[in-house]
Amino acid sequence: MTVESTAAARKPRRSSGTKRAGAKTTPQPKASEPQLVQLLTPEGERVKNDEYDGFVADITPESLRGLYRDMVLTRRFDAEATSLQRQGELGLWASLLGQEAAQIGSGRALRDEDYVFPTYREHGVAWCRGVDPTNLLGMFRGVNHGGWDPKTNNFHLYTIVIGSQTLHATGYAMGVAKDGADSAVIAYFGDGASSQGDVAESFTFSAVYNAPVVFFCQNNQWAISEPTEKQMRVPLYQRAQGFGFPGVRVDGNDVLACLAVTRAALERARSGEGPMLVEAFTYRMGAHTTSDDPTKYRADEEREAWEAKDPILRLRAYLERESAADEAFFAALEKESEALGRRVREAVRAMPDPDHMAIFEHVYADGHALVDEERAQFAAYEASFADSGSDAGSVEEDK
Amino acid sequence: MAVQKLPLAKAINESLRVALETDPKVLIMGEDVGKLGGVFRVTDGLQKDFGEDRVIDTPLAESGIVGTAIGLALRGYRPVVEIQFDGFVFPAYDQIVTQLAKMHARALGKIKMPVVIRIPYGGGIGAVEHHSESPEALFAHVAGLKIVSPSTSADGYWMMQQAIQSDDPIIFFEPKRRYWDKGEVDNEAIPGPLHKARVTQAGTDVTLAAYGPMVKVCLEAAAAAAEEGRSVEVLDLRSMSPIDFDTIQTSVEKTRRLVVVHEAPVFYGSGAEIAARITERSFYHLEAPVLRVGGFHAPYPPARLEEEYLPGLDRVLDAVDRSLAY
Repeated sequence: MTVESTAAARKPRRSSGTKRAGAKTTPQPKASEPQLVQLLTPEGERVKNDEYDGFVADITPESLRGLYRDMVLTRRFDAEATSLQRQGELGLWASLLGQEAAQIGSGRALRDEDYVFPTYREHGVAWCRGVDPTNLLGMFRGVNHGGWDPKTNNFHLYTIVIGSQTLHATGYAMGVAKDGADSAVIAYFGDGASSQGDVAESFTFSAVYNAPVVFFCQNNQWAISEPTEKQMRVPLYQRAQGFGFPGVRVDGNDVLACLAVTRAALERARSGEGPMLVEAFTYRMGAHTTSDDPTKYRADEEREAWEAKDPILRLRAYLERESAADEAFFAALEKESEALGRRVREAVRAMPDPDHMAIFEHVYADGHALVDEERAQFAAYEASFADSGSDAGSVEEDK
Repeated sequence: MAVQKLPLAKAINESLRVALETDPKVLIMGEDVGKLGGVFRVTDGLQKDFGEDRVIDTPLAESGIVGTAIGLALRGYRPVVEIQFDGFVFPAYDQIVTQLAKMHARALGKIKMPVVIRIPYGGGIGAVEHHSESPEALFAHVAGLKIVSPSTSADGYWMMQQAIQSDDPIIFFEPKRRYWDKGEVDNEAIPGPLHKARVTQAGTDVTLAAYGPMVKVCLEAAAAAAEEGRSVEVLDLRSMSPIDFDTIQTSVEKTRRLVVVHEAPVFYGSGAEIAARITERSFYHLEAPVLRVGGFHAPYPPARLEEEYLPGLDRVLDAVDRSLAY
């Protein structure tokens, strides 16, 4: 795949930019041609890359099968979650469909001691970190706002406010540098988030303090209904240069390239060379969330063009081409993924609603008089129903 | 040091110094806090003694300052952040409200946010726009935050110690026009609880409840009222979240009259919350409605008008008169 082919796929959406009457008098900044790091073509052919081949030199048929398994299981989990939303078991789901390579490639580049700051769509990265998939579903079911211990897997809570976590990642990385630790931090965000001030500020802070943080942007082309043209006029990865650190665009549907580039960026960070921006050029195959309707704002042809670049099919083609996996492997994986789907389904259905008093839990670490007072009042109010037996109408005002 | 007479700014400075000395995880962050020592010199000399790694001059970006402080707290540090002036905190408001305040609850208690945000606040120094505001109610409304404000040097010293030791995020509002007021600080004293109000002056006829810069005004009003034979009790609330309603209630059930005084606009201000709660708690003890004295529903005015805008001695006494007239 070349850069031209990705541009062609997006052409129908771009007409407004080229037809502008004032285009001649106010020329757009001429960005240099985007370079896309790719190690596997959409057809599954290995492409040589002098700069990044060294970062995947250790990859064996077994580790390739591992990456394939990660992507397949992540997609299966994601599909199950979408179904669970449709069945009313989840209130919402943000699907990662199409972004498996970006997430698994970058996720598998991390070491245990590295620290991850995700958005709310990094289910594949969570998988790589060993976070149980069912842990991710509590917030989408509405029984908690996350609730897992970030320290267990060095995987921070999902952050819903767009871009906020890039600053947390930067601060965390500043701490890593202060501690002299041999680890790095990775901050995930999207093309929409790149417009947020917090993302720009995180670039500034990380550059100024030379913080060991990798900014990993999954440019999936759409921020809900807004295409990247509404967020930027220069390829995103080029923005890093203005802040004083390198940026690179990688084929986000190529798991091998994502692995190599992220490894390089992390290694750079760990060795004290500071931040780096990785723009994983990918595509959100599904809706923004289960509440979204992409048919209102984007063309089917665009999705079809990206289907041809599917990350899982691409790696499968490579595995088959290299005879690195046999039918037994694919069959076993199919069984494993069905088992995962079943496990997730059962876990979600068994997830209890929280106790009412959970409202008042953990508001503060050291307590707060008002929370105590309201908790006691609410407990008394609830208890008053129990006293009145079946006749809730006779409940007296708590005094 | 034992007992020393220090201006409020210096008392806070000493407190920060002690915190930096005793806990290697404590960091100071903010704009101009390093070489300059902050625009009010509250961090004067700290970078020189503790280095650029612990007293950090930051880029000029408030959201970035608070956002990175959150990240540092996640890493195990205890950042003490300075926002240069009250009116400049708003770029950080998102990080404070959506992230800092909620992180502990979001993690079901598994992570803590020991971050102190120092904000010089309030008027009375003849400043330009955005340098004289009192936004405490905007933060007190947010669960997960604690809000305090010292009115004396001793409180500046001890409340800062306690705020830094707290595992909850605390917004520490420093009454900037009192920075130069001197008071005794005993660094060997045993401080009372951080969120407890103090009866600064006992009285029997009416209670004045205030905090931060208004405590001094209320004490002056009490002195003036005493000359007219009126006994005014003055409470220094010290904490706006939580508010020590028990101490207010005890006072009100003695005096039966309450006037709340703050620089912040009265509308939706902390006085409104206190009036509502005390009315609930002490309805049958009150001889008069709870009255409020504070800022108007108008932008903080240009400096030449701030004397009229800020609650002064006369406006407080006027409210005392109105309360007693019921």
